Amino acid sequence: MEAIFLQILNGLDKGSAYALIALGLTLIFGTLGVVNFAHGALFMIGAFCAVTLQRIFNASFTTIDESRTDFLGNPMQVQTPYVEAWFGPEIGASIIDWSVPLAILLAIPVMLLVGFIMERGLIKHFYKRPHADQILVTFGLAIVLQEVIKYFYGANPIPTPAPDVFRGSMDFGVLLGFDPNVVIYPIWRLVYFIFSLSIIAAVFGFLQFTTFGMVVRAGMADRETVGILGIDIDKRFTIMFGIAAAVAGLAGVMYTPINPPNYHMGMDFLVLSFVVVVVGGMGSLPGAVLAGFLLGILESFASTTWAIGLVPGINQIIIYLVAIVVLLTRPRGLMGRKGVMEE
Amino acid sequence: MTDQTTHTPAGATTTRKTRETSGILGLKGRDITLMVIVLILTMAAPILLNPFPADSSLAQFNAGYPDLMQRFVIFGIFAIGFNILFGLTGYLSFGHAAFLGVGSYATVWMFKLLNYNILPGLVLSVIVAALFSVLIGYISLRRSGIYFSILTLAFAQMSFALAYSVLTPITNGETGLQVYTSDPQYLQSAGAPDMPHLFGVTMRATETIEIGAWSFTFNFGYYVCAIIMLAAFYMAIRIFRSPFGMMLRAVKSNQQRLNYTGVNPRPYTLAAFVISGMYAGLAGGLMASMDPLAGAERMQWTASGEVVLMTILGGAGTLIGPVLGAGLIKYFENIFSKINDGVLHQWFAFMPDGIEDLLVTIVHPFVGKGWHLTLGLMFMLVVIFLPGGLVEGGQRIATVFRRDRKATNVEDAAAKKRNAK
Amino acid sequence: MGILEVKGVNKRFGGLQALGDVNLSVKENTCHAIIGPNGAGKSTLLNCLVGKLIPDSGSVMFDGNSVLGRKPHEINQMGISRVFQTPEIFGDLTVFENVMIPCFAKRDGAFRMHAYERTDNETDIVDKAERMLDEVNMLEKRDIVASSLSRGDKRRLEMAMCLSQKPKLLLLDEPTAGMARADTNNTIDLLKTIKAKGDVTLCIIEHDMHVVFSLADRITVLAQGTPLVEDIPENIKGHPKVREAYLGEAEV
Repeated sequence: MEAIFLQILNGLDKGSAYALIALGLTLIFGTLGVVNFAHGALFMIGAFCAVTLQRIFNASFTTIDESRTDFLGNPMQVQTPYVEAWFGPEIGASIIDWSVPLAILLAIPVMLLVGFIMERGLIKHFYKRPHADQILVTFGLAIVLQEVIKYFYGANPIPTPAPDVFRGSMDFGVLLGFDPNVVIYPIWRLVYFIFSLSIIAAVFGFLQFTTFGMVVRAGMADRETVGILGIDIDKRFTIMFGIAAAVAGLAGVMYTPINPPNYHMGMDFLVLSFVVVVVGGMGSLPGAVLAGFLLGILESFASTTWAIGLVPGINQIIIYLVAIVVLLTRPRGLMGRKGVMEE
Repeated sequence: MTDQTTHTPAGATTTRKTRETSGILGLKGRDITLMVIVLILTMAAPILLNPFPADSSLAQFNAGYPDLMQRFVIFGIFAIGFNILFGLTGYLSFGHAAFLGVGSYATVWMFKLLNYNILPGLVLSVIVAALFSVLIGYISLRRSGIYFSILTLAFAQMSFALAYSVLTPITNGETGLQVYTSDPQYLQSAGAPDMPHLFGVTMRATETIEIGAWSFTFNFGYYVCAIIMLAAFYMAIRIFRSPFGMMLRAVKSNQQRLNYTGVNPRPYTLAAFVISGMYAGLAGGLMASMDPLAGAERMQWTASGEVVLMTILGGAGTLIGPVLGAGLIKYFENIFSKINDGVLHQWFAFMPDGIEDLLVTIVHPFVGKGWHLTLGLMFMLVVIFLPGGLVEGGQRIATVFRRDRKATNVEDAAAKKRNAK
Repeated sequence: MGILEVKGVNKRFGGLQALGDVNLSVKENTCHAIIGPNGAGKSTLLNCLVGKLIPDSGSVMFDGNSVLGRKPHEINQMGISRVFQTPEIFGDLTVFENVMIPCFAKRDGAFRMHAYERTDNETDIVDKAERMLDEVNMLEKRDIVASSLSRGDKRRLEMAMCLSQKPKLLLLDEPTAGMARADTNNTIDLLKTIKAKGDVTLCIIEHDMHVVFSLADRITVLAQGTPLVEDIPENIKGHPKVREAYLGEAEV
């Protein structure tokens, strides 16, 4: 029982990332009818917002402290981050410590801007083009974005730790009445899960309760009719693309403490997220979220020694296997609507 | 019977006449020209690709060395095969690299078990790729459009992940599969070369001819690949001109109509998928024959993306396009990744110092290790501005010229009329 | 016993009863028209005949065999061809290729791996396709890409494609929809010629009463998914039930 619970918990963080990326993919696909292979790159750009902010906060100036010497006997050179000099050592240090959550504030405008530029500059011209062209051009864009990041940040993963208070693990099981020291769970992953849930809730709430959201949902159901009603769908679609980009970016920002970001993390997640979208059902938002968590948890179960002992390598291929089975038995995915992507 | 059907239609007589002109090897008209051009280009490649004297500063643009030329034709085979699926049926596979990888593994295994003769390896690589593509194709082709792309992608990534982990006994995991001295090599005779060969002539056998300042390298391995590519190209022409090829284009154009015309599209698409898988397997086998090593990274989806790009860049659905695309991409890859800051400074040396440095800084991200950035940009530019690829671009330019000529002809005629009055 | 026997066919979409207990019998080598107001279930019925939809209950027999559960291409191979409301042709292929494909399908069946033969060496197919194109007066357009044809030409091409298969039953879904009067008359003439040959059964769905009354031997009136009357054209014209269901709505 504890073991099962632990595996479910372990699956939640990856599941959250899948769900958030898949949600954005589905939003873009459902509203704009575009298959966005560059969505993983948006996730990656979000993660590098966190890296950038950490670098900015760590920007330092050098002073020479005559009273101390280094091991060669020379006067000690002391690096002081500007933030510590400006806000005092205590507040400065905690600002640096909290750089990942603070990066959310940076990521939102950055991602919205990136989304707007991408949609206006590129995607817009591909609405009427075949899906193959959309796949190819966004695939090319993904390579470009990835290489640009690689150029500026290098090829190695960059550690971006979570704030001190969230580091380490907690005995989650005790809270739920299990024996101590059985269900140990890293705190940040819990934070990530809760964060993802709130973003998902925010997106659904936005679509459900605002006029804007209502129009977008109507547009997803029947684009032509909404267009005929004289509603400026284009502008709304641009905003929707920005929001989808922001969702992916935020997922990336908060994911950095779990896995140090590198330039190809977007591609790694993208392939799986596409599989998630397909399993959930093309065009279905709840399907994307459900499938995201489901596959994350399944992957976690498949990674147990028991599962690997049973079927070697199952942890590597479980998601693809599920996708193949789902596509062949339920061609529209778990919650797919009729008529989406069916010529 | 109506009157209309009893007399011979006027147009039919003329067409029947053209039909009587026989061709060479079942090729006619433009196809013969095309085949001859490709034949000449591939056979003379060691000379054509080395236009610059060996010790000149432009020698770095030469492409006439064996390793690169082999890659040209091997990827040419890969792209020709991919085009039979994507270009004709419109099914965009994102997993064709899996067949390439499988072909490589099959060939290296033949080296390990039998001997270094490449023939059994190539045969096996095609057979294994065919079996593998029947399996993947049968499942993936049950869906179309983007679902098909994602299914093939999933299969390829699965193969990649398995090759790295569980299948290590077969694939040798991260190290890559290679031939060790401890391997049995049951058919290896005492005098046979201990590197890939075809009936005793090794793939590395090379003849260098110096003419003046020029140096041309003729490599046996390249010519083996080139002849196989010519055969592959010939087969592709035959498929394009066959009723089978027409059915494949009909699949792309309107599957619904095809269904209601009494044709079952699925076996056609599966056949196209398997044929293109076999081409990919053959290309993989040749890769391993030139360099007896097979690694899982050959199966990664970036490799699948590369062949898509080659096909699109040249022109999907055209005969010559994929070959052009493959050659161009591999050439640029080679040239761009060779250029470093030193070379750049040399190029821009005639500029004033400040501008020289600026230019080097601007160009720097796109060359050397930044080649992939250029590749991605090329990908986007081609899809945005030239979805029909280079072949279509060429045709467009040709029509512009022709229209100009026609326009002038019309003007001439009009002028004559006026003069006559 | 007709060539096409539809018995007790029902089809529901969710809560909507699209077809309710439809019975239909089409005699061989006649022209049978199905008319009815919008939403009467005409297209649904047609889709059930060609395998696009599977009825919830009932039977559809063609030439003594059931078509239910068969795939569209199998049903076509049994001898049923269909002309669509908006012409379905191979837009990227030339006119000539468009006609060759059904000829191949007729000769070689649903699949044949003829990847090494040359298309233009298949003399029997080429001759047949040329004859077919000549019959619809499109021979001079043989090398044009089909998508660039006018709508009327597309329709004629589709007709030629279906006829080249020598179907036993030709289903026409509003063959003159959206056509100019002249084109409509051409189509009627073409269909009359086909009918005059007496070797094909026509089943036609049409709104244009001019077309229906120039061609049909028998007419079935469909309303709300159920056949209302079936009779010869002369009796349909003045039938009170038909006026009520069909023409009646025009008077309102």
